[in-house]
Amino acid sequence: MNQAKVPVWVSIALIPFINVMLAFFVSALVILALGEDPIEAAGYLIYGAFGYEEGIGYTLYYATNLIFTGLAVSVAFKAGLFNIGGEGQAYIGGLGVGLVCLWFDSSLPLMVIAPLAIIGGALFGAAWAYIPAYLQARRGSHVVITTIMFNFIASSLMVYLLVNWLKQDGRMSPNSRTFEESAWLPYMHELLAPFGIELSESPLNASFLWALICCVFVWGLIWHTRWGYQLRTLGTNATAAVYAGIDNSKVTIWVMLISGGLAGFVGLNEIMGVNHSLLLNFTAGYGFAGIAVSLMGRNHPVGIIVAAILFGALYQGGSELAFEIPTITPEIVVVIQGLVILFSGALENMLKDRIEGFFIRKSVA
Amino acid sequence: MNDNKTPLAIELRDISKRFGAVQANKDICLQVPTGTIHGIIGENGAGKSTLMSIIYGFYEADTGEIEIGGKKTHIRTSEDAIQAGIGMVHQHFMLVENFTVLENVMLGAEGGALLRQGKDDARLELKRLASEYSLDVDVDAIVEELPVGLQQRVEILKALYRGAKILILDEPTGVLTPQEADHLFVILKSLKEQGVTVLLITHKLREIMASTDNVSVMRQGQMVAHRETKNTDKEELAELMVGKKVRLKVDKDDAKPTGLVLSAKKLSLVDSQGVKRLKDVSFELNAGEIVGIAGVSGNGQSELLNVLSGISSLSSGEIQFAGETITAANPKNASQMRDLKMAHVPEDRHKMGLVTGFEAYEAAILGYHNSSAYNGSILLNRKAMLSECEERMAKWDVRPPNPHLKTANFSGGNQQKIVIAREVEQNPEVLLIGQPTRGVDIGAIENIHEEIVKLRDSGKAILLVSVELDEIMALSDRILVMFDGAVVGELPASDADERTLGLMMANAYNGPLSKTGDKA
Repeated sequence: MNQAKVPVWVSIALIPFINVMLAFFVSALVILALGEDPIEAAGYLIYGAFGYEEGIGYTLYYATNLIFTGLAVSVAFKAGLFNIGGEGQAYIGGLGVGLVCLWFDSSLPLMVIAPLAIIGGALFGAAWAYIPAYLQARRGSHVVITTIMFNFIASSLMVYLLVNWLKQDGRMSPNSRTFEESAWLPYMHELLAPFGIELSESPLNASFLWALICCVFVWGLIWHTRWGYQLRTLGTNATAAVYAGIDNSKVTIWVMLISGGLAGFVGLNEIMGVNHSLLLNFTAGYGFAGIAVSLMGRNHPVGIIVAAILFGALYQGGSELAFEIPTITPEIVVVIQGLVILFSGALENMLKDRIEGFFIRKSVA
Repeated sequence: MNDNKTPLAIELRDISKRFGAVQANKDICLQVPTGTIHGIIGENGAGKSTLMSIIYGFYEADTGEIEIGGKKTHIRTSEDAIQAGIGMVHQHFMLVENFTVLENVMLGAEGGALLRQGKDDARLELKRLASEYSLDVDVDAIVEELPVGLQQRVEILKALYRGAKILILDEPTGVLTPQEADHLFVILKSLKEQGVTVLLITHKLREIMASTDNVSVMRQGQMVAHRETKNTDKEELAELMVGKKVRLKVDKDDAKPTGLVLSAKKLSLVDSQGVKRLKDVSFELNAGEIVGIAGVSGNGQSELLNVLSGISSLSSGEIQFAGETITAANPKNASQMRDLKMAHVPEDRHKMGLVTGFEAYEAAILGYHNSSAYNGSILLNRKAMLSECEERMAKWDVRPPNPHLKTANFSGGNQQKIVIAREVEQNPEVLLIGQPTRGVDIGAIENIHEEIVKLRDSGKAILLVSVELDEIMALSDRILVMFDGAVVGELPASDADERTLGLMMANAYNGPLSKTGDKA
């Protein structure tokens, strides 16, 4: 009931902002302890992320992955499910994308391969989420446990496939062959050049547009369809869902399928957009960072875009920072990222009650 | 009360507690002499549990004083209560199931970082308690392997181990077999002989009569009577519990039933713990009549609504409705039952009837969200949902008439109108309606009652479940009484009075159980 008296902007903007600022404050202390100037460091970080075209390109390229995994977490979360298997689903989704590219790159044009790759990534990611979903819905095994286990299984499976089946003959590195160019997603700088928009080269590619489309799709699905209605009913009041004749097991399963499919799209960006071959560990923790993105973005597509760009900026600005100030090693940058995740994700509710309480008291007074 | 020289174990003066708009306890005064068994009896929602929670420190009273053993005591937390020598045995046990009895008893009083010393001390102390109060239990047994009656004994031991001189038992026999219950009363008597004061919360008259020295009756948040048990009887207590309320008036003509709509034959439901929640419930429902189900809550009414609405599947028995025979082997879910035109207003609108995080227009299609009226080919038809919701809000006088307001922010009465409107406007053949006016203000009650009668007069069948006897008597054409999962009585509303119903509800009625037979 108290929720009503807290202004909306407080919970969707002020609290996340304060959390991030707290994280930056602690990061500043870390940098001070290293004997460096935090203000200068912040300057490099911001410049690195947003100061020039290539930097922005990198920021958005990282953000693309985080939008996919953030959406994946949020769809499940809206149904009351905590899918922390985004990492594995992204990995296997990437396999789907890669296989499509490997099979069709010499026979079909991009206009056909791209939709096939989207389907491939979605199907493989969804398939990887299906087993935990089934076990949750029909056997009561908690998805948190099973999805995390499936991350490890995905990791082992990919090593096996790449080493034994997909590796190029005669090469040491466990990569597939490089795809023909017909299976490369166009870079944004290529895509926009015909329209007279000149961008510096960066890994940002067409999958960013697909990420935005997915945001619209998720928004429509959750708030404007009967499936979304069922999903939200299940997520907010499972008893009411039973009363309404909603088949909770069925909803659980297809929500997880959508969630896994969304995570699988990371492969579009990484495999088809940038690396142009199947390789190990391309998911690099995006699946886990997606949890923080989703939490910080309040499980809403718009919030997720904002949070994903923030985290993308941390990735990109952070590497710039490590380059400019050698005392701040890449490991310290990871510490800063970790602090942001800690404060905006894990400690999300630390200040919430106090801040909301302040506004409730103010509105009562 | 008693002319006791020793100070009173508990004295409450003018205790009041309010939750939002609900006055849960009002000016409660209570005196419990030391070394007695004192019963507190009242219907569900009469405020017994709130009062006990205040004594045990879960809530703090808004106003009023508590004296324990003659000393004024501030009880803010349950630790304060334990300090003051109060122990509580909850209706649902607070035990760690996979710990041993010993470990459970010493929980929170381990006496040091290493367990060994504490364990030895606890074992000795338990042995003493067990012999002193004849509370035998194997201290090394795992709690979940013990029968319920013994688990309860562990709870009692736990309280005594913490030095309780006053023991509060909240509905202690709800989970016990009659034999276990009898045994409990023997234990309580021996506790009393050792000087322990026992406060027994129950709604079962039999237990009050069998075990207490004094009894206090609560009704609607107030203490309405104190009696010495030997000077009262079940009939008087039943009447005090139910009260002589102003009769609700509902303008209605006699029912004109026009034929069988639903027949339930020997419905049984066994829950996951193997407890029989419904026992061979049979009845018939005719078009154009309201059948009321009276009973103290928790006697199977909720389960009955659940099996009829498709939320739970039957364990045995059959329901014949709309040309279908629903059995354990041929179940129908809630959505299929809706398709057969069975509407259901659930007893608990917060837990079941609404999604409180939803806006009103969204909650207004719950259960009918697949209907073509609200759906385009892919997207929900929000325009249709909104305009229909506005229409209904106007027709049912829902305030404020804002379809975008979150359902949590409507008052109870308006929430209920949203739910009832949703179900009734679907033009059902049968309406199951549970606690239609719980937490609803007087004005809205009349309104809701009128609509229910209107629905009856349009030839629909209505099954009404309510713990409010007034409501049952005002609305029903025929009344069934449920007790312990079974229908224990049936009578036409014209023959029903509060006393008879109250006794039937307590399963203490000795007259003929069915009065309809000779009328039909």
